[in-house]
Amino acid sequence: MRLRLIAALCVGGAMSITQLTAGTHVTRQAITKHLDVLASAGLVRDTKVGRERLWEFERAQLDEARRSLEMIARQWDYALAKLKRAVES
Amino acid sequence: MSTSTDRIERKILLKAPLARVWRALSDAREFGDWFGVDFKGKSFVAGESVHGQITYPGYEHIVMEVFIERVVPERLLAWRWHPAAIDPTVDYSQEPTTLVVFELEAGDGGVLLSVVESGFDKVPPARRATAFRMNSSGWDEQMKNIQKHVAAS
Repeated sequence: MRLRLIAALCVGGAMSITQLTAGTHVTRQAITKHLDVLASAGLVRDTKVGRERLWEFERAQLDEARRSLEMIARQWDYALAKLKRAVES
Repeated sequence: MSTSTDRIERKILLKAPLARVWRALSDAREFGDWFGVDFKGKSFVAGESVHGQITYPGYEHIVMEVFIERVVPERLLAWRWHPAAIDPTVDYSQEPTTLVVFELEAGDGGVLLSVVESGFDKVPPARRATAFRMNSSGWDEQMKNIQKHVAAS
């Protein structure tokens, strides 16, 4: 469900709860709960446009998460290179 | 490149006997020698924690601690730790750990070692990469040096 929400927001831009529940059997309450979880993970955020509360995909946070993972992956590359050197000599 | 935010996976082919590679992984002191931590006198035993001072230049003030989850001789070593636990004023024990799994597979060309670190989604973003693991320019430089040595030897 959360993955579908992210996918929907990726494609549709900022959307309201009404739009996100449209065409599904999921309640507003359930969707809101999922969005809150995603928001606390920094993946989505809500903004107020007029009287409407819209939800949008937080690209910056996802990029940040991916970037820090890439850095950690590089540290592993480095560590493995040292292991290779140690066992192959 | 995987688009997962929860895990990292790396593989490397090591042209060395399986027993040799296993020793370098499972013997705590020897592990520390290449990884960059002082694990002299320590052992990797499932269910136990091991800690030691980082020996990597510039980070010697940091203690690295791992909780050994599983040891399957010549096949698998798994542990849990806190990524980037470098602030001495923080109690990391309440924070989620990531799981690191080393797996060995012997083949014709040598030993295929894979490392998977997972659980990042539960780790607060601020913790995922701090000074110890974020010094990417320093690490990249070292990586190039190491690769040069490996290629030459």
